Amino acid sequence: MFVSNDVSNTETMQERHIVQPRDAQHPIVLSTEELHVFYGKKEAIYEGDLQFARNQITALIGPSGSGKSTYLRSLNRMNDRIATVTGRIMYRGVDINQPAIDVYEMRRRVGMVFQRPNPFAKSIYDNIAFALRLRGTTDKHELDEIVETSLKQAALWNQVKDDLNKSALALSGGQAQRLCIARAIAVKPDILLLDEPASALDPVSTSQLEDTLLELKKQYTIIIVTHNMQQAGRISEYTAFFNQGRVLEYDTTSHIFTNPQVQITSDYVSGNFG
Amino acid sequence: MKTTQQLERQLKRHSKAAKLEIWGKVVSFSALLLIVAVVVGIIGFVASKGIATFTSNHVSLWDFLTEKKWNPGITDANGKPEVGALPMIVGSFLITILSAVVATPFAIGTAVFMNEISPNKGAKILQPVTELLVGIPSVVYGFIGLSVVVPATRAIFGGSGFGILSGTCVLFVMILPTVTSMSVDALRSVPRYYREASLALGATQWQTIYKVVLRAATPGLMTAVVFGMARAFGEALAVQMVIGNAALMPGSLVDPAATLTSVLTTGIGNTVMGSLQNNALWSLALVLLLMSLVFNLIIRLIGRKGRLQ
Amino acid sequence: MNPKTQNKIAIGTLYGVAGLVVLILLALLGYILVSGLPQLSWHFLTAPAKAFLAGGGVGVQLYNSFYLLLLAMLISFPIALGAAIYLYEYARDNWVTTTIRTAIEILSSLPSVVVGLFGFLFFVVKLRLGFSILSGAFALTFFNLPLLTRSIEDSLRTIDLSQREGGLALGLSRWETITRVILPAAVPSILTGVILSAGRVFGEAAALIYTAGQSAPALDFTDWNPFNISSPLNPMRPAETLAVHIWKINSEGIMPDAKAISSGSSAVLVLAILLFNFAARYLGKRLYKRLTSA
Ligand SMILES: Nc1ncnc2c1ncn2[C@@H]1O[C@H](COP(=O)(O)OP(=O)(O)O)[C@@H](O)[C@H]1O
Ligand SMILES: [Mg+2]
Repeated sequence: MFVSNDVSNTETMQERHIVQPRDAQHPIVLSTEELHVFYGKKEAIYEGDLQFARNQITALIGPSGSGKSTYLRSLNRMNDRIATVTGRIMYRGVDINQPAIDVYEMRRRVGMVFQRPNPFAKSIYDNIAFALRLRGTTDKHELDEIVETSLKQAALWNQVKDDLNKSALALSGGQAQRLCIARAIAVKPDILLLDEPASALDPVSTSQLEDTLLELKKQYTIIIVTHNMQQAGRISEYTAFFNQGRVLEYDTTSHIFTNPQVQITSDYVSGNFG
Repeated sequence: MKTTQQLERQLKRHSKAAKLEIWGKVVSFSALLLIVAVVVGIIGFVASKGIATFTSNHVSLWDFLTEKKWNPGITDANGKPEVGALPMIVGSFLITILSAVVATPFAIGTAVFMNEISPNKGAKILQPVTELLVGIPSVVYGFIGLSVVVPATRAIFGGSGFGILSGTCVLFVMILPTVTSMSVDALRSVPRYYREASLALGATQWQTIYKVVLRAATPGLMTAVVFGMARAFGEALAVQMVIGNAALMPGSLVDPAATLTSVLTTGIGNTVMGSLQNNALWSLALVLLLMSLVFNLIIRLIGRKGRLQ
Repeated sequence: MNPKTQNKIAIGTLYGVAGLVVLILLALLGYILVSGLPQLSWHFLTAPAKAFLAGGGVGVQLYNSFYLLLLAMLISFPIALGAAIYLYEYARDNWVTTTIRTAIEILSSLPSVVVGLFGFLFFVVKLRLGFSILSGAFALTFFNLPLLTRSIEDSLRTIDLSQREGGLALGLSRWETITRVILPAAVPSILTGVILSAGRVFGEAAALIYTAGQSAPALDFTDWNPFNISSPLNPMRPAETLAVHIWKINSEGIMPDAKAISSGSSAVLVLAILLFNFAARYLGKRLYKRLTSA
């Protein structure tokens, strides 16, 4: 299924250019169809249908206020109470945007990490273990093991392995964000959504976080909002460019950065934009 | 596509979380409903008891509000029971207004001092003292009124010492901490740059306080004062202990008088449920309740006006 | 008058006003403590009261005050907690919520004597509970509910929205997020609010004189069977509290040392409130540190 929306312009540049990923090794696991998001009467997303390839990193870029967070938060229905979301969100063939879906079960498969690190006011260990306990994993050994592997995957284990019982609120920003990642992957999701996870971090932590994500993509499908173009270029396979509630361009990251088809995208990635 | 169907089934199962969510909503909403039921219950009961005087005992509402003789057990020459509540209504309003009039300049002056002139001393001495005094039980105020204020009034003005004046003194001290600390909050909510702008224009500190800060804080200060008045109006024991409890029109500020609350506290235990004497007391309680609704309304109106500005 | 002079006079006046207020407030506090503290002794705090003779204590009243406080808190805390959770976490901004908030506001502004009279009518008379600890505890609950609800709601407000999103993103329901993430984080501030409201309840008298009653039958502190009439635990016995005691002995005036007893009782009340205040601050800070420290 090749969807290319070539509405020709008077100039050579197109108005929109959408190329959905097609790669037999990385089939589509998540996609939106005719997605519209309204905040009250105000429409925040009105043209933004994307498909996401498994075990790949997809970056959502675009100026602030363009609807990236709105789109991302719709994917696991975090916007349920805040906005009206219409259209379909197909997750492995199931529309998860229907009322009959149990959002709690769904969110265990589609996890999320936020812009500001938000560790709970609990110990490091409990931050990771408590959601598991609530869902019936009570075996101490099993919990220990999940905590350890999650922290290792999030590249935090070596720094905190002796302080597991200390409060997570005492961690530094970068550590706290990696704890949040560990917490998210501990429930073994399928897809991981990240909303500007590095924007509150220093360069060193950011680069560590990127390494972590590259490692994680072997197991998870990752969709990441970022305002940092270099970051998108370094880690993602696919990039979508958002502007004013629309996806203007979607293609492989290398295409977007080296050969954008839409004028605004070109302006944005080259830094000549508002 | 067997796996898709399987996944769909899993995703549509009503999970434990979903069940807990419903349970939580029901439980917490029931608690809220209980409080609402209490409010409705109190208003309903007091109202139904309070209007019995007029519906079953056929006392005229006009007489109740304007007659000056309170003696529900006795009928007058015309065979009408003496249930004139005017003395108590006047007594309640008098001590409320007087104590607010005295307390307001002190409270606002102190709040201005704490917030504008000497925030240091304000924070160190006045803040903790007012906060502590806000919590002092009203019977303690009443007892001090009884053992200090009443004898002092007696020594200065003669008579028994019980009366509106003593009641006013007690209520003044009692609402002072509350009104002060609410006034401080009102002043604190005035943005700093208001003051800076005014001072930068060459205004003196007093001009800044008077023309800018107090003006901007007016709705909040008014709320503080009305809140104090509501508290004074509804206070029972502290007033009852020093006012003398004579249900007569107060001839002067140092004659024994009565308020709605004082008559209620002393009377309710001595009357028989359902009798006119008892119903008449409930009518006083109803007046009290209605007045507290009125104060509530005033505070709301001030708040709304403050927001509009 | 020139603005400079005006300024000086005004500021001087404000100093005067503030000074006077400090003086009044300190005199008040001083009077309570100076006249009351000398009365305090082990005997005073533990002995039963004497109606017609001097030398009685306030032991039973003091105990009643604490017992009533405890019961009132046990009843009102869960209700206030549930109500606050619904209001802050679930309620949407619509007319129903506004109406409910107004109702709670009204309850908080009702004079406590009205609450007491309702308690009398409903619990003492209608439900035939008589003048009893239970009637008193319910009246205190009504008196306490709106403030406690508001204070818990304020505590919930201090916990960042991101904490709630964190819980939801893990697939927890909002209820689980509230009870497992938000409430534990809000404990220090909730506790502070609870203790402060306990201070108010402890000194309340008007709501109690016609519910818990004005008499304090002697208690047998060796009998802990709540069904026995002289048992301290019996919730059906009339129970005059310390605050009611002060009012009562001053209104009746038959106790020869009423003034001394009142002074002592006032000092005890004020000290208790002071204690509640300090405890609230101290515990709040302590717990908060424990929650956040490494
Ligand atoms: N909770 C909300 N209520 C109303 N409007 C919102 C809300 N969140 C975002 N918006 C609006 O939706 C648009 C998209 O915002 P957002 O998705 O946050 O953009 P981005 O993440 O790309 O910066 C903006 O115009 C923003 O003002
Ligand atoms: Mg955003």
